[in-house]
Amino acid sequence: MDSVKEEVLILAVETSCDETAAAVVRNGRDVLSNVIYSQIDLHTLYGGVVPEIASRKHIEKICPVIRKALSDAGTALSDITAVAVTYGPGLVGALLVGVSAAKAIAFAAEKPLVGVHHIEGHICANYIENKELEPPFLCLVVSGGHSHLVMVKDYGVYEILGRTRDDAAGEAFDKVARAIGLGYPGGPKIDRVSRSGNPDAVHFPRAKVDDNVYDFSFSGLKSAVLNYLNGCQMKGVEIDPADVAASFQKSVVDVLVEHSMRAAAQYGAKKFAIAGGVASNSHLREALEAACAERGIAFYRPSPLLCTDNAAMIGAAGYYEYRKGTRHGWDLNAVPGLKLGER
Amino acid sequence: MKILALDSSGLVAGVALTEDDILIAEYTTDYKKTHSQTLLPMLDELKKMVELDLYTVDVIGVAAGPGSFTGLRIGAATAKGLGLALGVKLAAVPTVDALAYNLYGCEKVICPMMDARRGQVYTGLYTFAARDDAAETEKEASQAGSGAAEAGTGEMRGGYLEMRVLMEQRAMSVRDLADAVNRLGRETVFLGDGVPVCLEALRPLLQVPFALAPSSCNRQRAAAVAVLAGRMAKQGRLVEADAFSPEYLRVSQAERERMEADEAQRERMKAGITPHARA
Repeated sequence: MDSVKEEVLILAVETSCDETAAAVVRNGRDVLSNVIYSQIDLHTLYGGVVPEIASRKHIEKICPVIRKALSDAGTALSDITAVAVTYGPGLVGALLVGVSAAKAIAFAAEKPLVGVHHIEGHICANYIENKELEPPFLCLVVSGGHSHLVMVKDYGVYEILGRTRDDAAGEAFDKVARAIGLGYPGGPKIDRVSRSGNPDAVHFPRAKVDDNVYDFSFSGLKSAVLNYLNGCQMKGVEIDPADVAASFQKSVVDVLVEHSMRAAAQYGAKKFAIAGGVASNSHLREALEAACAERGIAFYRPSPLLCTDNAAMIGAAGYYEYRKGTRHGWDLNAVPGLKLGER
Repeated sequence: MKILALDSSGLVAGVALTEDDILIAEYTTDYKKTHSQTLLPMLDELKKMVELDLYTVDVIGVAAGPGSFTGLRIGAATAKGLGLALGVKLAAVPTVDALAYNLYGCEKVICPMMDARRGQVYTGLYTFAARDDAAETEKEASQAGSGAAEAGTGEMRGGYLEMRVLMEQRAMSVRDLADAVNRLGRETVFLGDGVPVCLEALRPLLQVPFALAPSSCNRQRAAAVAVLAGRMAKQGRLVEADAFSPEYLRVSQAERERMEADEAQRERMKAGITPHARA
């Protein structure tokens, strides 16, 4: 991209799941503010995100969160260049709160509106702390709702090499955590408890998908863990949750690293990045970092706060969309099943 | 006072702009598109048509519920976004009240109904009458420039009629609603998008004469929201955009199920059955 003289300030809004978030980002890479209201405690009671409860909470929090993002950044709405908002994929009711509020603000303040793909946001989170990172690069996006291996060919140009056939990686973490009594959310809990467990205690399968070597499947692994737990219970064998968690996690990490490195070799990737909530898993980060180092591939990862849902990443993605001329109308709707690279 | 009003509580999407006693513009649609696709484009059309400078708006009126949860949130998030950007407060107008207000002047019982699913309707009971409160009416009449006010006797002398709430808006079964209507024992006019859904179930239960409102006034109208928003503004009953949330009148399904489970648990405890007890 050419050198940017003009200063572009994006006000970004993200409400696709259970985080109400707003941020102000300058020129796609400088985060002036990044406000996140997490609802996680509300949903813990139910063992997962309840869409109606999430939507109601978004309505309560949306204005204070946006107001704080503006004031933390020291900007007035009139200083903003454009408003960017996540319009999919995600929970439709949750998305609609952010989309409706962002549209109304852009409309009233007479600012352009830029709809952003949530996963594109996760990928662009890497630009924020790695100022030198530019496409092309290979990116592994892993979260509670998504598992994608993506070649980022240019800003806003993606080729999806592989995706999950069933459960997302984060979903498997949640389900296994529940089964071994760790509770919700599973990712951070398994990560923590695994430190004291033996990752080779139980050998769980590494699923392969026949017709696409880059696709993932995690439901078989999840079932294997559940079967193992049932078996132990029937035999009266006491399980060590730390060992099960560590072994399960190793299986997930092995598959993610193997697929990623195979794609990196095949496509001659010189740069590799990770994104999404599961990218904050410390074992995955360490394993990918080591694998990349072995092969001389530059490794990029956002800090954990930028891995989980936030609006700064939407501001980064929104900036490149804005520069490309993407503008959405006042009829922008939430698209819960939005595909990456689709407009 | 300039009021911009929104209603996306039911199947209808509506936007209206009023200034004092004048309806400057109103746009109503009842079409298969989602409110996310209609509400703001309609407001944009309205704004262009009457060359509205949004910064001259004093109050945003919004149909605050009950209604479709998603519809309410699209309206609420839109109103909140406008309120935040324009720096104005919101008037949270009860949806069913605004629906009833479409039948201004009707001295029969007014019964709006919105389909609430699960065999229920969002409803309320209303009627219009001359005001007894002379001071209030006089103030209102003089603000509206309509001259003489009514006397305290409820006599009509050029003020506004008062909408009286006979039963506040709520979610209830069609049977309970029929009982409430029958208890009043008066002629009743039904309106709202719940009529086509529930009339067949309601008809055999009614013991009073009843009629239906026609298409000109049988659905949500943002102009009615604007009028009631104006009343609320005069009474100082406005809310900050940040603080406003819709009035759903119902908890979410997950919360309901959890409360039911807790209740069942308490019942078991009361009966002396502990969770781990085996038969």
